[in-house]
Amino acid sequence: MLKYILRRMVAAIPVLFGLSIVLFAFVHLLPGDPTRAILGQHATPEAVARIRESLGLDKPMWQQYVIYMGQLLRGDLGASIVTGAPVREDFAARFPGTIELTIAALIFAAGLGIPLGRFAARHPQQWQDGFVTVISLLGISIPIFVLGLSLQWGFGANLHWLPTSGRIDPRLNISTVTGFMLIDTVIARSPQGFFDAAKHLVLPAIALGSIPLAIITRITRASVLDVSNEDYVRTARAKGLTERRVDDRHIMRNAWLPVVTVIGLQVGGLLAGAVITETIFAWTGVGKWVVDAIQDRDYFIVQGSILIFAIIFLVVNLLVDILYAYLNPRIRYS
Amino acid sequence: MTSTVASLTPAAEARASRGLWRDAFSRMLRNKPALIGVFLIIVFVLAALLAPVLGPDGPYQTYPGASLKPPSQAHLFGTDRLARDMFTRVLYGAQISLVVGVVSVVMGLSIGVLMGALAGAFGGWVDAVMMRTVDVLLSIPGILLAIGIVAWLGRGYPQIMLAVAVTNVPIFARLLRGSLLALRESEFVIAARSIGASPGRLLVRHMMPNALTPLIVAATLALATAIIDVAGLGFLGLGPPDPRTPEWGTMLTDARSFLQRAPWLLIFPGLAISLTAIGFNMVGDGLRESLDPRMKR
Repeated sequence: MLKYILRRMVAAIPVLFGLSIVLFAFVHLLPGDPTRAILGQHATPEAVARIRESLGLDKPMWQQYVIYMGQLLRGDLGASIVTGAPVREDFAARFPGTIELTIAALIFAAGLGIPLGRFAARHPQQWQDGFVTVISLLGISIPIFVLGLSLQWGFGANLHWLPTSGRIDPRLNISTVTGFMLIDTVIARSPQGFFDAAKHLVLPAIALGSIPLAIITRITRASVLDVSNEDYVRTARAKGLTERRVDDRHIMRNAWLPVVTVIGLQVGGLLAGAVITETIFAWTGVGKWVVDAIQDRDYFIVQGSILIFAIIFLVVNLLVDILYAYLNPRIRYS
Repeated sequence: MTSTVASLTPAAEARASRGLWRDAFSRMLRNKPALIGVFLIIVFVLAALLAPVLGPDGPYQTYPGASLKPPSQAHLFGTDRLARDMFTRVLYGAQISLVVGVVSVVMGLSIGVLMGALAGAFGGWVDAVMMRTVDVLLSIPGILLAIGIVAWLGRGYPQIMLAVAVTNVPIFARLLRGSLLALRESEFVIAARSIGASPGRLLVRHMMPNALTPLIVAATLALATAIIDVAGLGFLGLGPPDPRTPEWGTMLTDARSFLQRAPWLLIFPGLAISLTAIGFNMVGDGLRESLDPRMKR
């Protein structure tokens, strides 16, 4: 197992290396000059030259890449061109917001998707199955921004049930410790704050979780149906086990595998979806920050945060594979 | 004995001669969700084609004094902030989504197929290079990659198409490579190789036709995603360069500011995007079931 993990980690190195080249090329080869972003279109040539020198842009390309890699290996992601703040610190300050939202979305998606999938699989080709199929079709087809705006309109603007922007009522004055609102409110011993933060999470989590919900539902349904047709399930029933026991001990145990894999694979999509969700719900997280940075051409923020996103994606994929191997003893990685 | 064989052969031949496509087509006709999907796509294409007929004043025409009016007989979908007819704008929006969506999927498909074919047909280092490239592309969250491309290359239709195409490339490349690798070891390919078919002929004549069906399904489903992604870019302010353009996602940006006052600004473009995506997803699922009957449960 350890050997397998090590081999997978080594295999990720060329991907990260390739990614660093792609990101470097993006920043340095494509039109649009960072110095112009800092100084504006009407800067004097002298000022441009000075900034180029201070950013190291006057050196040959390969030297710039070596310097960039050296910084990366030391964990230095550079600084924002606009504010001068280190990218790593800004990222770390905003990342808990994105994680909180992503986890909430995943809990919503798996918490609803798995029971829905099992429900549909218990009544194949009947109206229950059709109903669940329609829900998952809608989940996949309705874009996050349409669903997000509709939720804002329905539950926020019309019914006033739930807040539609931000992470917590600023009047509650919760001090940031971990960056996770739900944890910070507990630390501040503010039940009111905790419920407020939880209420702020609901609509963004539903909007972000809709696509994973659809995918998890479909996979659970297919997987449960697959396993239900196995001989050992028929044997279990023939032994006279209760339907519930057959379901829990014989079907679900074997149907979990694809579901777990698919849940893991949603992480990349969730991070991408967070970009749009955070923009709609004015959520202070990494996604909105990156979109703003892209529009400001704040290269180092974009370069650094995409790299971190990619590392997270690769690490999660690795974890999913390890979990898969752990859950399924039949798999022996050679 | 002979008579049994003789009586079996014509029947078997008749069944074979109906072919994959005709079989798939007749299965498709019996698949209700797929037919609903086809209907939705036809409505979408008709909306795009008939936009100049149904909205003769064009998407930029303003109606003085009719700003943010709710749906009525004069304006079926209401009017926007600048007093333009939403019905006409949604119709013209279909043109943009149709063209940009189709072109970007075709672009993504071409690049992906080229990469997948090279990787699957040659294997070895070509395969390694292609697949690591795909891994790199897959490690960047899709919409971020698209946003990045449009932000750097500047706003415009070619840039949007390229951005959406690039996010699709890894899907097609992996899919085709997988099919080709499986086909390489199949008996009919080994047979063709053994009678001296050239690698190019093997690929084009023997392997590609058998690897097509999953690609067709994936391309149909990708059309749904492409239309959503194009609208997503528009929503984030990276749509067509002219802000007046009746692009569905761009129209939704306007809707945000008037959610309570003018919900029709959200409802109609939102429905247009969603129904079109539903249509392509239904047809894609239907095609998958029709082309591969084993999938059907």
